Amino acid sequence: MDLATFWFILIGVLFVGYFVLEGFDFGVGMLLPVLGRDDRERRVVINTIGPVWDGNEVWLITAGGAMFAAFPEWYATLFSGFYLPLLLILVALIVRAVGFDYRGKRADAAWKRNWDIAIIFGSYTPALLWGVAFANIVRGVPIDANFDYTGGFFNLLNPYALLGGITMVALCLTHGAVFLALKTEGDIRVRANRIGGRAGLIAAVLAVTFLAWTVSAHGGNAASVAISAVAALALAGALLANRAGREGWAFVGTAITIGLAVVTLFTVLFPNVMPSSTDPANTLTIANASSSAYTLKIMTWVALVFTPIVLLYQGWTYWVFRKRIGVHHIPDDGAVSSPAGSAVGGA
Amino acid sequence: MDALDVARWQFGVTTVYHFLFVPMTIGMSLLVAIMQTIWYRTRDEKWLRLTKFFGKLFLINFAMGIVTGIVQEFQFGMNWSDYSRFVGDVFGSLLAIEALVAFFLESTFLGLWIFGWERLPKPIHLATIWAASIGTILSMYFILAANSWMQNPVGFHINPDTGRAELNSIGALLTNKVTLATFPHTFFGALMVAGGMVVAVALWHLYRGRDDQKPAFRTAVTFGGWVTILATAGTLISGDFQGKIMTEVQPMKMAAAEGLYETTSSAPFSLLTIGSLDGSREVFAITVPDLLSWLGKGDIHAEIEGIDNLQEQYTAQYGAGVNYAPIIPVTYWSFRMMIFFGLAAGALALLTLWMTRKGRTPASRLLLMAALTLPILPLIANSFGWIFTEMGRQPWLVFGEMLTRDGVSRSVSMAEVITSFTTFTLLYAALAVVEVKLLLKYAKGGLPEIHPEPDSDEKDDENRPLAFAY
Repeated sequence: MDLATFWFILIGVLFVGYFVLEGFDFGVGMLLPVLGRDDRERRVVINTIGPVWDGNEVWLITAGGAMFAAFPEWYATLFSGFYLPLLLILVALIVRAVGFDYRGKRADAAWKRNWDIAIIFGSYTPALLWGVAFANIVRGVPIDANFDYTGGFFNLLNPYALLGGITMVALCLTHGAVFLALKTEGDIRVRANRIGGRAGLIAAVLAVTFLAWTVSAHGGNAASVAISAVAALALAGALLANRAGREGWAFVGTAITIGLAVVTLFTVLFPNVMPSSTDPANTLTIANASSSAYTLKIMTWVALVFTPIVLLYQGWTYWVFRKRIGVHHIPDDGAVSSPAGSAVGGA
Repeated sequence: MDALDVARWQFGVTTVYHFLFVPMTIGMSLLVAIMQTIWYRTRDEKWLRLTKFFGKLFLINFAMGIVTGIVQEFQFGMNWSDYSRFVGDVFGSLLAIEALVAFFLESTFLGLWIFGWERLPKPIHLATIWAASIGTILSMYFILAANSWMQNPVGFHINPDTGRAELNSIGALLTNKVTLATFPHTFFGALMVAGGMVVAVALWHLYRGRDDQKPAFRTAVTFGGWVTILATAGTLISGDFQGKIMTEVQPMKMAAAEGLYETTSSAPFSLLTIGSLDGSREVFAITVPDLLSWLGKGDIHAEIEGIDNLQEQYTAQYGAGVNYAPIIPVTYWSFRMMIFFGLAAGALALLTLWMTRKGRTPASRLLLMAALTLPILPLIANSFGWIFTEMGRQPWLVFGEMLTRDGVSRSVSMAEVITSFTTFTLLYAALAVVEVKLLLKYAKGGLPEIHPEPDSDEKDDENRPLAFAY
């Protein structure tokens, strides 16, 4: 295997990491208005991801950076081509992150409600648009001989890509609900479990349709069929585990589903990175989009040394904050709103 | 105005805005880590309260730094795709390494620090803020290496088949002399902002705050004051070093900084020049003899190349039909503003320390008002520094290799760029208002109360409220 192919796989791994980890962050944000019926409950919901969402988001930054370094042509064509959806994703990520940090910093209800809206918008939008974007990449988009995207915005809104977007939303919603059931206790846990079951059924129908469409119409092979089948089975397993109240296993199941769905897309894409629907000769491939051998070699060393370290300390973070939380863990609102009293927090 | 201009404006606005938060993040994470270390060593509760108080201000700021940073990474591909194609091997690899080595560290350990106050043993909790702080500093190094490569491209060759820049020495890239000079300068500039923040907030509390909190804030004034002064000295020394390297690798930038048209020996430094609007003629000037030669080359008699001579030289080297000089009034004034606001901050910090020496509280309201600008002055200096260094590079995107106009995305329409430029500007403006209000609210709020630590038996009490404030 040459280094360019290795980096194609590594970028796939980074996106798997991003969607598996941020996937439940998005789901938690989407469920904020549903599971958080009062302010105290909403803070429980947000605090399940409080210590980790920021580190999870870095998977995207790293995937973007890796794309820029290993496949400059892919990065350039994709980011300039999908201009408006990416703009929307950026706006969503900005208001979501600021919302997490700022909503608790003032006591008044309108302030919190506005940031809640920001968090909800900031959770649905990226999930939907990343789904649309990846489906379009697999499907192929108009690309000219200079590797420039020529399609405009509405070209991206085709049925297959929209299905990809909705599937991603449903999967994240399920993943988030299962995560919340795993991380909370009491009433929220019960409701999260119930929502996870219902959302999971919808997600299962959508995901099976989308993956079947993907492997049948866009160049699936034996491997991608097998992988997408395992993804579907994992989701079924997750739903059974969720029903049995085994939240840990349910979460493992939804994580595998999202991860393998992304792997399926990358497998179908291989050895291309961005097919041209204008002319196959304009297709960006692993070979013609990659950077030089020397850069790939340096990057490989850096990745081999640092990826395990990152995995270790991020894993440790999840271990440190492994306990379930409930409404009784939330300090009184006054303690948060008045700086003098926010004392123990320090943050 | 065309798409290129709008893309440039967008880059300028989003970058300067991003860099309002970055120095605070870099400087404050370090100062908070030091405060927490002092508390850990002395067990003096005053330092714990200061750690938590300034930690909160740091976090309000950090959120904005992170999100505006994501925009920076995406923006290269969105608006500057031809640049991205050309430099991905070199510039992109630095961004990727930054994310993997530094950004993960910073974000993950900051989450641990925020939520880990009573979850982690004290020494490990202390280590998390140091890890986050080291992450921010490493992050700065890689980003500056990427930027320095645009100022002084090294360690690469152009592949004749693809026309792309390809890396051939990572060592040269990471030890670019421009990087080595820019790193300390930016680091000390960041510490000036953070030190100024500590002084301003603490001094306000010495005048207006609660009596029981004054001893702690008096300590903070001294601490922040010394940080600001030492950082000012560091900024000056590293800036001088940087100026000499800039004169060597980008002589046009130094000439433009001075509005020096003719190559001159024993060149004077212009303190203030009123010129014609296009910067081509001098109307009035105050100058210091020989100083520019010394600043540029460390020798008062040295010859400093002028704009006109360099234009001739570059025309011969890179081709005719291009104005190789940046916009002179912008470089001239941004250079001066950087120096002026930086020195003003250092002087003000010195004055504050002098007037609060030996436990005094000066009655001067004027000092209070002046000192409240202490975080703002170095911030303005930082911004002008970046405007100078980036505008001074023009018309080059990568010096000597790619013109700015050649790097823009061809496939992005004027309407799209205007949409994104407007969106970011409005969003950033709204968030700026929110952020400043929050900072003021929490800065005025004073030190947090510290509750007695629970006994070791209670540590696992599952029903105790968690210590966080999301």
